[in-house]
Amino acid sequence: MKGILTICRKELADHFSSTRFILLFYLILMVSLVTAFIVGSGLRDELKDVAKPTFVFLMLFTSPGKLFSLIQFIAIFGPLLGIVLGFDSVNRERSARTLSKLISQPIYRDAVINGKFLAGLITIVIMLVSIVLMISGLGLLLIGVVPGPEEILRLLVYLVISIFYIGFWLGISILFSVGFRSVATSALAAIACWIFFSFFVAMGASVIADAISPVDQTRAAANPELLIQNEQTRKILSLFSPMSLYSESTTIILDPLRKTTQSILLMGPMERLSISRFQNPLPLTESIYIVFPHLISLIAITMVFFAITYAVFMRQEVRST
Amino acid sequence: MNGRNVIETQDLTKVYGEQVAVDHLNLKINEGEVFGFLGPNGAGKTTTLLMLLGLSEPTSGKAWVCGFDPTREPLKVKRLVGYLAENVGFYDDMNAVQNLLFISRLNGIPDDLASNKIKELLKIVDLEVDPKKKVGEYSRGMRQRLGIAEVLLKDPQVVFLDEPTLGLDPDGSLQMLELIRSLSQDKKITVFFSSHLLDQVQKISHRVGIMIKGHLVAVGRIEDLAKEKFGVGPESYTLEEVYMKYFKEG
Repeated sequence: MKGILTICRKELADHFSSTRFILLFYLILMVSLVTAFIVGSGLRDELKDVAKPTFVFLMLFTSPGKLFSLIQFIAIFGPLLGIVLGFDSVNRERSARTLSKLISQPIYRDAVINGKFLAGLITIVIMLVSIVLMISGLGLLLIGVVPGPEEILRLLVYLVISIFYIGFWLGISILFSVGFRSVATSALAAIACWIFFSFFVAMGASVIADAISPVDQTRAAANPELLIQNEQTRKILSLFSPMSLYSESTTIILDPLRKTTQSILLMGPMERLSISRFQNPLPLTESIYIVFPHLISLIAITMVFFAITYAVFMRQEVRST
Repeated sequence: MNGRNVIETQDLTKVYGEQVAVDHLNLKINEGEVFGFLGPNGAGKTTTLLMLLGLSEPTSGKAWVCGFDPTREPLKVKRLVGYLAENVGFYDDMNAVQNLLFISRLNGIPDDLASNKIKELLKIVDLEVDPKKKVGEYSRGMRQRLGIAEVLLKDPQVVFLDEPTLGLDPDGSLQMLELIRSLSQDKKITVFFSSHLLDQVQKISHRVGIMIKGHLVAVGRIEDLAKEKFGVGPESYTLEEVYMKYFKEG
């Protein structure tokens, strides 16, 4: 345990003093402030002279504003954060020849990986929490609505999901840094993986779904089951993409009016108002209940990848010069 | 040297794919001894060291270091053994003290104790330089000496030094060998080191072992090895002559 903490402490110090981390932090800071500002001022205009819908505060995070909502932003670019924190964690030490020194100290070999993963995770937590707090603060100023206890709880759940989501990408990038000797290769592999899982799986899912359960217009008209079958296949396949797992579960969590895990719909102010008029929000427990399978899969794939990393690293020969 | 065996191996073998890196190695090293481990590049010296440290698992055979099996109880072995790898690496963006402090924390040494010790060790290895200087700016000799300080940090019973004089200038390697000799004399540490500088190995080792293509072809005091190869005679042979003879035959 002591070994893990020592390594974690050093890695944290490294993270916080590294240039790329600072650059990334400013980038995310800028984007979140800009989105909060745009969304916040847009909301204020929309809410003028209308009855206040419930959970206005959460709209700061879900409303797309003029560009995109914060949760969409994190869903797309959060993985990069994880990748940047992990892609060179092991092979950098290998090429600097500090790895053999590290594991010839009286610590368990897994302490190296665990310490690095933990440090990455702590960094992610700090970043996400500060982003959410910043947006909340700015939102308070802009729309002047104080979040209720349920909204705060929902934000907490959202944070936990996001941490696992980015942690998954941290795990993948550490895996590549164990597997590939060259830092550039592991960075590229991680980015390729990100593009594949985030964009191509979603696209590929509908292609494969059409192949497995084809829908042609004439038969579908007679038998609507076919359409449903096709949609179900597509949905199951798209669950292989962590991004769809994440964005579906977070929209449900942050938008209590949503009752199914549909893909993100762009909603205009009129739709939003009509929804708030005719529907009652789900309680938090129900929302969690809906996204539970998503959550479990997300946590499971994070753990699977970490376990693979672990196994590869434990078996790897030290001498690799 | 009649101490107990600090290091002992029994038919220690390591096979990488089809290549036998270390073939049935049987070796005993006494307490407080300076043992020079010789052999051409790729003879299996580093592999042997890694197995003795528990960093690499032997294909077959057994080893004991300070009474522990490095494969089964690597942590106990690593607590007692200091290892200076060939071309040791440091965290280049930290200074010497920060590097040593990190290693001492990994060894579970409390910080207040460690800082005194680090000061002392830096004095021993003659590295009392500008404390703000990053290790990345160190010369090769300084890095190697810092490596020795790092190895000594945990008060080892045994140190494994893999090519500690590699790439050092004549003055630097002489200094390094003096340092190794003093470890054995003043601190009673068993030193197991590999080197290619035969005349200097001769100066400081009590015994040597010669390894060629995974086989330990000779082990013993240099005089004895010379006698074995050249017969009893009035002339004394240098280690280099003995080594070359073994090398040609091997």
